[in-house]
Amino acid sequence: MSAPVQGGRRLPDPKVCQQLAEQMLSLALKAGADGAEVLVSDGSELEAKVRLGETELIKEAGSRALGLRVLKDDRAAVTYTSDFSPGALERFARESVELAVLSEPDPAGALPAREEMAREVADLDLWDDAVLSLDVAEGLRRARLGEAAALKFDKRVTNSDGAVFGRMVGASAFATSAGFSGSVRGTRASFAVEPICDDAEGKKRNGVYWTSSRFASGLADPEQVGLEAARRTVAKLGARKIPTGAAPVIFSPEAGRGLVGQLAGVLSGGALWRRSTYLAGREGTAVASPLIELVDDPLIKRGPGSRAYDGEGLPSRTNVLISEGILRTFLCDVYAARKLGRRSTGSATRGVGGAPHVGISNLILRPGRTPAAEIERVDRALYVTDLMGFGFNAVTGDYSQGAGGFWIERGERAFPVTEITVSLAFDDLWKRVDAVGDDLDARSAVQCPTFRVSEMMIAGS
Amino acid sequence: MSAAAVEGATRSPLDAIDASLAERLLAAALSSGGEYADLYFEHRSAADYSLEDGRIRTVGRGVTLGLGVRVLRGDATGYAYTEELAEDRMLEAARTAGQIASAGAAPGPIDIRPVKLAHRYPVTEPSLARPGVDKVALLRRADAAARAYDPRVVRVEASLVEEQREVLVVTSDGHLARDSQPMIRFGVSVVAEEGEGSARQRQVGRSGGAGRFGMEFFARAGQSPEDHGREAARLAIGMLHAVEAPAGPMEVVLGAGESGILLHEAVGHGLEADFNRKRTSNYADRVGQNVASPLCTVIDDGTVDNARGTINVDDEGNPGQRNVLIENGVLAGYMQDRLSSKHFGTKPSGNGRRQSFRHEPLPRMTNTFLAPGQDDPEEIIKSVKRGVFAKRFAGGQVNISNGDFVFALTESYLIEDGKLTAPLKGTNLIGNGPDVLRKVTMLGSDFELSQGTWTCGKDGQSVPVGIGTPTMKIAEITVGGTKTR
Repeated sequence: MSAPVQGGRRLPDPKVCQQLAEQMLSLALKAGADGAEVLVSDGSELEAKVRLGETELIKEAGSRALGLRVLKDDRAAVTYTSDFSPGALERFARESVELAVLSEPDPAGALPAREEMAREVADLDLWDDAVLSLDVAEGLRRARLGEAAALKFDKRVTNSDGAVFGRMVGASAFATSAGFSGSVRGTRASFAVEPICDDAEGKKRNGVYWTSSRFASGLADPEQVGLEAARRTVAKLGARKIPTGAAPVIFSPEAGRGLVGQLAGVLSGGALWRRSTYLAGREGTAVASPLIELVDDPLIKRGPGSRAYDGEGLPSRTNVLISEGILRTFLCDVYAARKLGRRSTGSATRGVGGAPHVGISNLILRPGRTPAAEIERVDRALYVTDLMGFGFNAVTGDYSQGAGGFWIERGERAFPVTEITVSLAFDDLWKRVDAVGDDLDARSAVQCPTFRVSEMMIAGS
Repeated sequence: MSAAAVEGATRSPLDAIDASLAERLLAAALSSGGEYADLYFEHRSAADYSLEDGRIRTVGRGVTLGLGVRVLRGDATGYAYTEELAEDRMLEAARTAGQIASAGAAPGPIDIRPVKLAHRYPVTEPSLARPGVDKVALLRRADAAARAYDPRVVRVEASLVEEQREVLVVTSDGHLARDSQPMIRFGVSVVAEEGEGSARQRQVGRSGGAGRFGMEFFARAGQSPEDHGREAARLAIGMLHAVEAPAGPMEVVLGAGESGILLHEAVGHGLEADFNRKRTSNYADRVGQNVASPLCTVIDDGTVDNARGTINVDDEGNPGQRNVLIENGVLAGYMQDRLSSKHFGTKPSGNGRRQSFRHEPLPRMTNTFLAPGQDDPEEIIKSVKRGVFAKRFAGGQVNISNGDFVFALTESYLIEDGKLTAPLKGTNLIGNGPDVLRKVTMLGSDFELSQGTWTCGKDGQSVPVGIGTPTMKIAEITVGGTKTR
C-alpha cells in the first residue's frame, strides 16, 4: 500500500485506512458474518522532552491497527489485529466469525438500522498542515525555551520535571455493513512545563501548565507556558492542612474538569440500563443548581473531542444533558437505546480493541456570567486547584477526593493548602453550585469554567 | 475454538528473530554514536469474555506484535517502534531511535549470549489453548453464586481476561533474554437494591483475582468463580446499610493484604530511582536515613511464584529479584532501571518495566509489601477506642514530589471500644508518605499478599503489580468522610 511520505516516514492517510476497512468488511461478510463493523486507525506520534536544559527523550513512531466486530446469528465477537501481512486478514476474518459462536444471541446487539446511519462526513476543521512542520528540532527548541523561562522566573524554582512537546497525527476509517463508510484525519500538538520547588522538611512542590491545540497557531507561546507553570508552582510553597469542617469550595477549571468528567459516567445510557447510576429515574427533575447547563457537542470546529460521526457510524449531534439544572437526557449508543426503548443519541465511541460503548465528545459545562475573580470574593472558602484519587461511587453518588489549593479569607488567597479531602454526595454538590464563572477552559474534551459549591465537608487536621 | 486459533497461541513470530538480525538492528541503532541500545520484541495474545444479565455478551480476541528500539546517550533516550517486522521497517525504527546521538562511530561486533532465567510462573493448564466454552462456564458459575447469595442482588457482571505475552530483549551489551508471561484475571461486579421509590438504596460490590496462572488459578483458595460471585454480593449487600464516614484525623487499622495499596502509594513510587536521580522525590538523598517507624521493613520482590507482579526478567533483560527498600525503618535503596543505576553507580535491580513495545522502560514496582510484625491482629483492633478499620480499596494516587497520597476505601468499618460496628460509605484516607510510615504503631503477624487485580499507572504506562501487608495500626491519618464528630 502506498501513501504520501513525510520526512521519510509514512503519513497517516484516511483513504488508505478506508480501503483497508472496506476490504476487511467484505472479508468478514465472505467468512460468514451476517453483519460487521471495521475500525482502522493509523497514527504517528512524536515526543520531545527536555529536562534542566538537556534533551531527555525523543520518541517517534507510527502505528496502525484494525478492530472488527462481527455478528452471526445475533451473536457477537470483537477482535483486533495489527498484522496486515498477506493472508493474515482472511484468517483473522475467519477466526473472528468462529469466535462469535461462544457468545449468546442478543438482539439488542444488532447493527444500527440503515436509516440511522450518517450520510455525509462533515469537515470539522481538525487538520492543520502546519502541525506537520513542528518536528523534533522545533519541539526541543520550544521545550528549552519554556523550561528556561520557568527556571528563571524565581530563584525558589530549584528543579524541573522537564518540558515536553508532543504531536499526534492520525487518520481513521470506519466501515459497517449497516450502510456507512467514512474516514477522517486530525492533528494535535501540545506542550507542558513542570517546575519543582524545594519546600520545608524535604518536601517538594510541583506544578504544571500546558497548552494544546489541533492547530499550530492555537498553541500558547512556550515562554508564557513556562512562566505560568512557575507562577503556579511557587504559589504552593508553604502549603499546609486546614482544620476539619464545612466551608464553601471553589473549583478551578482544571480541578472542576474532573468532576464534570464524572458526570459523563452517571449520564450514560449504559449506566442507566445497568442501574449503575445514582441519576436513574431522574429525567425531567432537578439534579443540579439552575445555573448548570451541560452539553455534549461533537460538532465544534477544531474542538479537541470533535468527531464527524460516532463509533457506530451514526451522525454526530449536539445533546443537551442538563439545562437550568434539569436532567434532559442520558447519552445513548445503539445498544443502550434498545435496552431502554429509546433512540441512540449518536454517542457511541469505540477504540480498535473494544466494542462500541457510550462516550463523550466535547463535554462542556457552559460558562456563566460571573467573572472568575468575583467568585473568590467571599469571606472564607477553599479554592481547589488539584484533585487526586478515586473517590466517586457512580451507583450511590458518594463523592470524596484528596485536594490541594488555597484558603481564601476576605476575598484574598491567604495561604496554600494540601493534604485534605473534600466530600459531599454528588447530588448535593451540583445542587449547591451558587456561582459559575465566565472563564471556560477549552483546552481539553471535558471543559468547564470556575465554579463554587456553597458548602462541602473538608477533612484536614 | 478453531484449531487455527489454538495453533496460533503456541507458535511465535519471535522464533524468526535470530542473533545476526538482532546484531544488524543494534548496529543500525548505534550508527549515529549512541552508547547503548536495546531491542524489545513483543508478541501478545489476549482474549476476553464478559457476562452481563445472565448472558455472554461479547467475546474478544486480539494479537499485537511489534518491536521497540531504544538508544541511550548519557541520560538521554531515543525511542522508536514498529509493528511491521520486515527488516527494512525495523532498520528504520533503529535509525530513528539512534537520532538521539549525532556524532560517533558505529560499534564493533556484539557477542550476543542468552541470559539464564528462573521459571517463576509454571503453568499446568495454559488457558488460551483451552476451548472458550470452558471459560464461559466459569462466568456462569460466578453469576449463579452471586444471584443465589441474596434476593436483593439485581445485577451481575462477570469477566475473564487471559493473556500470553512473549518478550525477547536483546541489548548491545550482548544480553539476550526471552520470556513467556501468562496472566489471568477474573472479576465480578454486583448491584444490590433494597426498598422502593425514593427510599431505594442501591450499592455495588466487586471482587476479583489475578495472577500468572492458567486455568489452575480457579482451584486456588478463594479464587473459584463462586468465591468471587459471593464476595461481590456480600460487599454490595453489606454496604446497603452503610453509614456516613467520619471526617478528620483518627486511629486507623488497615487489614492484611489489600492495604498494600497504602505502601505502594505512600513509599513505593517515591522509591523508584528515576524520581530520585532527578531529585523530584521527597526520598531523594535519604539512603541510610530513618524514613519510617522501626517496625517497617518494605520489600519489592519480583520473584514470588505466580504473583501478578512477578517477572522472570524485566523489560531491559535483567532477571527479576528481591530488593529490600526499607529495613527496620532505614532507607536501604531504590528500585533501579538501567538508566538510573548508571547514574547511581549501582546495578539494575530488575525493575525496568514497560507497558508494551510502544513504551520506553521505567523503574517500576513488581510485588511490593511490608514484612509482618509481632502483634496479634485481633489485639490490634481491640486496642482502638474509636477509629476506622479499612479492609478493601478501589485504588490510590500519590504526588511524588511532596509525598501526599490518597486512597479510596470500598469496605471499611467504624471501630468503637475495640469492636467493629457499622460499615462505612465509600471514603478516602489522605496522608503524607513519610509522615504516615512514622506513625505505624502496631504490626500484625498475619502477612498476606493480595490476589487482587492491581494495575499501576505511571507516565501513561500501565503494568500489573502485586501488593501486600500484615494488619497494621496507624496512630493518626485523615479520614475523608462527611460527618463531623
